[in-house]
Amino acid sequence: MTIMSMWGYANPKRFMGWTGPVLPWAFGGAAVCLSVGLIWGFFFTPDELRQGSTVKIIYLHVPAALMAINAWIMMLVTSLIWLVRRHHVSALAAKAAAPVGVAMTLIALATGAIWGQPMWGTYWAWDPRLTSFLILFLFYLGYMALWAAIDDPDTAADLTSVLCMVGSVFALLSRYAVNFWNQGLHQGASLSLDKEENVADVFYQPLLFAIAGFVLLFFALVLMRTRTEIRIRRLRALIRREGQ
Amino acid sequence: MLSVQNLAVARGGATVLTGLTFDVPSGAALILRGPNGVGKTTLLRTLAGLQDAVAGRFDYPADEGAYASHADAVKSALTVEENLQFWADIYGNSVSDAIWDQFDIRDLRTRIAGTLSAGQKRRLGLARLGVIKRKVLFLDEPTVSLDGFSVRLFADYLRDQHLAQGGIAVIATHIDLDLAATTLELEPFAATDHQPDNGDEAFL
Amino acid sequence: MIALLRRDLMLATRAGGGFGLGLVFFLIVVVLVPFGVGPETAILSRIAPGILWVAALLAALLSLDRIFALDHEDGTLTLLATAPIPLEAVAVVKAAAHWLTTGVPLAIAAPVLGVLLHLDPSAFVLVIVTLLLGTPALSVIGTFGAALTVGVRRGGLLLSLIVLPLYVPTLIFGAEAVRRGVDGLDPATPLLMLGGITAGAVALLPFATAAVLRMNLR
Repeated sequence: MTIMSMWGYANPKRFMGWTGPVLPWAFGGAAVCLSVGLIWGFFFTPDELRQGSTVKIIYLHVPAALMAINAWIMMLVTSLIWLVRRHHVSALAAKAAAPVGVAMTLIALATGAIWGQPMWGTYWAWDPRLTSFLILFLFYLGYMALWAAIDDPDTAADLTSVLCMVGSVFALLSRYAVNFWNQGLHQGASLSLDKEENVADVFYQPLLFAIAGFVLLFFALVLMRTRTEIRIRRLRALIRREGQ
Repeated sequence: MLSVQNLAVARGGATVLTGLTFDVPSGAALILRGPNGVGKTTLLRTLAGLQDAVAGRFDYPADEGAYASHADAVKSALTVEENLQFWADIYGNSVSDAIWDQFDIRDLRTRIAGTLSAGQKRRLGLARLGVIKRKVLFLDEPTVSLDGFSVRLFADYLRDQHLAQGGIAVIATHIDLDLAATTLELEPFAATDHQPDNGDEAFL
Repeated sequence: MIALLRRDLMLATRAGGGFGLGLVFFLIVVVLVPFGVGPETAILSRIAPGILWVAALLAALLSLDRIFALDHEDGTLTLLATAPIPLEAVAVVKAAAHWLTTGVPLAIAAPVLGVLLHLDPSAFVLVIVTLLLGTPALSVIGTFGAALTVGVRRGGLLLSLIVLPLYVPTLIFGAEAVRRGVDGLDPATPLLMLGGITAGAVALLPFATAAVLRMNLR
């Protein structure tokens, strides 16, 4: 057996080969971790003193928020790989990750709103963190819209990759700008929600399971969507070959 | 001189032409022929540097290439003279007086380009080639929507001015321009083998 | 480069060039706002900085899709790509032309419209300064967006969707600086941030714009 470099696994055909058997395990692992994390978290943790049972939404909120950001970072890395090394799978993985990232962002925003109502008495506050996620959501939409608008898949991959890079810089800028802006509006925002600080061990362990579950779920979904994208490209190539 | 070696070009992720090897000496023209979709435009755009070649190489004096297609790049809000002057400025040239007669647009100099007829507009678009003074021209169907008179005008310009001064022209056209040109039939070069790692073909 | 700038300015100011449309749009938005929020002086003067900035931003957005689309349609862009000026320079010139025909007029008109919104007179200078400082960033970012969508038919909506999130930092610092001025606070920090964003965008984005143009012209 010849030794294959890491990039060898990114060849479309080989990628389809090794991801096929991996996919059920990823989904299975996600299901197990999520079940353990959520059931443990929802039903077998005590109510928190100040926040009561509402705090248990962190088992959805925190992992979703984490993955919303990680999905974008993954898109940035895969976009760079595409621009530098022209690996088709890399570009398609970035394309595949975007809708999953949007879903994660929406879950984070929605659970945040549901949590916010009993805690702050409002579904929405222009808290820096919430606002940043809303802006991230808009970036995802623009990125996906550009993918959808360009006919030629390689050009679309090129353009979206550059947009992802530029967007990342501006997303970071927006994050700082929003922090600055809200301070300017009302000093010492009382709505800051730093979870990790006051999360005790009893809450923390199931949270780890939930996070692992979300990571695996994200991995499985992106893998599945990438495989779909590869099949679409293969179909396109076959149709073109027939037409020649 | 223009020399092309073992060139392969691709359109939309699929290789269309491979193994192209030819030379065009100074003062000569090469007419590209072949059925629609064979890759004439793709080849011209690749040679002009607008897209990358899949394989092979080509060579001509640096900063001497120019591309022209059936799009005139004429701004209808500017006058004929302003349109030409713009391209002259971009290329650091001046508009020589002979241009006006060579392309029969002397009477139109102060006209707003938006009021020109299609044929007049095409002549203005082609006059750009006389203004930018590039030695190696890649022309993609330059005679579209030109009448017989204008075609002869343009052919005269190519023969008596451009080629006579040692220029080179690679032309994709269906019309006989009456140039002493070699003809290259592209169909034999149509890609049959599939290049791995290029566009869609990486997925097969 | 000068020739390209001169041509773009000439095209913008001639018939059908769209010069002034952005300005009229700016005026209309500002006139419409009081109909929406009511005529109370206190409310209007409170939101005036933000309204002026948002309206200016939308007005700048309006003319973005003309930056490359027209040149792309008639083949000029292809010819510019093979011309002896680098596409990076084309990107800079295009952004500069957009700024001169929209950003500068908007900045000059803003205080006049500020009167309609009961903007605190002490903030007039700040409105002009922030807009002059911030609109170059809007033009450069918008040029990048226009380059991204140049191959898309009816790309105007897509262009807005892509560009508006990129405008967030500029808008925040621009409007914040004016607001601080109105409140009697020191606007130096947001002004510096605004200038920083503009400087960074002008310095770096033309490279991305040129790269994207090359991809689209392939």
